[in-house]
Amino acid sequence: MSPAPQRATQGRLDVRKTYKLFIGGAFPRSESGRSYEVYAAPTRGGKQAFLANAAKASRKDARNAVVAARKAVAGWSGATAYNRGQVLYRVAEVMESRRDQLISEVRTAQGLTPTQAGANVDAAIDRWVWYAGWSDKVAQVSGTLNPVAGPYFNISAPEPTGVVAIVAPQDDSLLGLVSVIAPVIVTGNTCVVIASAQWPLPAITLAECLATSDVPGGVVNILTGDPAEMAPWLASHLDVNGIDLTGAGDLDWAELEAAAASNLKRVRRPVAEDWTATPSLSRMKDWLETKTVWHPKGR
Amino acid sequence: MPTFEYAPAPESRAVVDIADSYRLWIGGEWVDGRGTPFAVLNPATGEELSTVAEASEADIDAAVAAARTAYTRVWSRMSGTERGKYLFRIARIMQERSRELAVLETLDNGKPIKETRDFDVPTAAAHFFYHAGWADKLGYAGLGSDPRPHGVVGQIIPWNFPLLMLAWKIAPALACGNTVVLKPAETTPLSALLFAEICEQAELPPGVVNIVTGAGPTGQAIVDHPGIDKIAFTGSTAVGRMIARSIAGTGKKATLELGGKAANIVFDDAALDQAVEGIVGGIFFNQGQVCCAGSRLLIQENIHDDLVRRLKRRLETLRLGDPLDKNTDIGAINSAKQLERITELTEAGVAEGAERWDTGCPLPKNGFWFRPTLFTGVSQSHRIAQEEIFGPVLSVLTFRTPGEAVAKANNTPYGLSAGVWTEKGSRILWMADQLRAGVVWANTFNQFDPTSPFGGYKESGYGREGGLHGLAAYLKEGSVA
Repeated sequence: MSPAPQRATQGRLDVRKTYKLFIGGAFPRSESGRSYEVYAAPTRGGKQAFLANAAKASRKDARNAVVAARKAVAGWSGATAYNRGQVLYRVAEVMESRRDQLISEVRTAQGLTPTQAGANVDAAIDRWVWYAGWSDKVAQVSGTLNPVAGPYFNISAPEPTGVVAIVAPQDDSLLGLVSVIAPVIVTGNTCVVIASAQWPLPAITLAECLATSDVPGGVVNILTGDPAEMAPWLASHLDVNGIDLTGAGDLDWAELEAAAASNLKRVRRPVAEDWTATPSLSRMKDWLETKTVWHPKGR
Repeated sequence: MPTFEYAPAPESRAVVDIADSYRLWIGGEWVDGRGTPFAVLNPATGEELSTVAEASEADIDAAVAAARTAYTRVWSRMSGTERGKYLFRIARIMQERSRELAVLETLDNGKPIKETRDFDVPTAAAHFFYHAGWADKLGYAGLGSDPRPHGVVGQIIPWNFPLLMLAWKIAPALACGNTVVLKPAETTPLSALLFAEICEQAELPPGVVNIVTGAGPTGQAIVDHPGIDKIAFTGSTAVGRMIARSIAGTGKKATLELGGKAANIVFDDAALDQAVEGIVGGIFFNQGQVCCAGSRLLIQENIHDDLVRRLKRRLETLRLGDPLDKNTDIGAINSAKQLERITELTEAGVAEGAERWDTGCPLPKNGFWFRPTLFTGVSQSHRIAQEEIFGPVLSVLTFRTPGEAVAKANNTPYGLSAGVWTEKGSRILWMADQLRAGVVWANTFNQFDPTSPFGGYKESGYGREGGLHGLAAYLKEGSVA
């Protein structure tokens, strides 16, 4: 007979996790060797428990993430929409299996009640399900067959823009993050995401879910650290095709948008958003290009 | 190859009256510009056609104010049905005055009358017809049950298709309930000023359309004006970048239709005679002054010599000369400045080692002219393979496999258009998927239609013009259906 599993007791020292970056499907530390201290939300008494030393990503990490994201574009955008939908649904499945862990992390980070944190996590999981279903429908609601005045077949269909940099919402640790990642990747884009600086741990747990849900390495790359330090390099990066500034409201986002003009990136400006509401299709459409194909008809 | 002697067949320029000078059209009135008036030339002769007012910042201020008043008091309150009827009226008047518009456009731009008569003007009218019908059906555009206009739109258009670009900009803006401040290019303002007369004839409410003339500083004043809600620009990538930078951090939206360096790819199984016609139309239409021109010809290696021989033979039959002559294929280059740019880049082509060939046809003494020119032995790093020449100059490269063709075609910061010539259906569809360009023409080239979205990937800009996608650029999502 095997011994009964040991219960955690007051006497046992817990095994802590090292929270690292998520780049190209791997979990590296910052190449800079830097980290920053992450604390729990203050208790009533004002105490803040130490949680972890999160990796503080550098300019070089951000660039490495862009390289990984670019490398992943061909495979991910070339996958069938059906396949991408299945992969996104799989993310929801894996998150569901880690639901308690995610709730605990969101709760500790943001200082929410168990009910509030549960609602945040449930909505995040359901958001993956919602976007998973869009994968093979978005082309049907945003593509057109155009009745041109001549003997030509003419069709317009959406294609992914490519590599999208995302400054994730800074005031929400998980639901906001999922709400900006899922619409970017469901259509075949890949992304480099700067997570919430003060609450980075749920983002890294999300990365673990992504790494175990058949999302190819490099499709989502997550950086933790200082958005003000990293965002300018992504905004001016010539191999980034678009930038979502949703979480950049407190940064000098006008400067980021101006830098994005260097290669005419598609830009989504920061606007306050209710993450619990049903999303608008614009979060997908902002990272889609319309391609129109002509061909003559004839006997 | 012998060419037939054609008797001159000039279109009469008597159908159009060009005034000695033009003012700005603001709030339904012709008003003096506060800048320095400038001359407008006929590029085919160098003669002065007229003098046009320059709009200053104060004039732009007045135009934006007029557009705002028209927006809040009239245009945004009017029913879509009534707005649409104004657009139908405009389309009809354009058709009625089509010959006048065509001759004026040819005089001002230098392009052949057969192009203005058969393409620019009828397609411009078609854009108004198409969008007129949208005005009362916006709830079906996929942007919610009640999509809203942006407000006042600043529109800046280029000189290569002056009237058509005006139609691409004004028709959807008005159909969606926006009002407009439009600046035509400084070398080709005359058809926009005639369009103002058409608006008067259509009794369009004052201020719904305002036409302001001027050059770069006038355009910058529009872009920077705080009363503008959206910018729509067609022109160079360099200026597009400046605009994107200028509106950064504001609430202004933008549609940018910028440069291109399209690959026109010919496989060895293509119908070569048809391909030759498509290649010629792709790069010599409008003297190559087309953002989506097929300026890089990628030929599968084993048919290179054959195709280049056929192409040269065809180019020798092109008739260059008086744009008003109905038999003219190749007209004048739009300006001395543009001619200088074409000349500089072709010289760079020679200097970098590509082999230059041109038709050797005689050029008129006055005005701005450039012979149809072809470069062979071009490599990807050559400036003539990388930079937009915007002239009648074709760079020929080769490839062996479809994969190589795609890699070379996509090896550019631009992504506006591309062409594919092959008889193999599955290859067409595969190529169309692989090419990073907003428009792919398969076994055809340079086709345009109001229902067909047009616009680029990458540094060719963002937003679409034409079709449902073009309409969406002039609307904000309304309450969700």
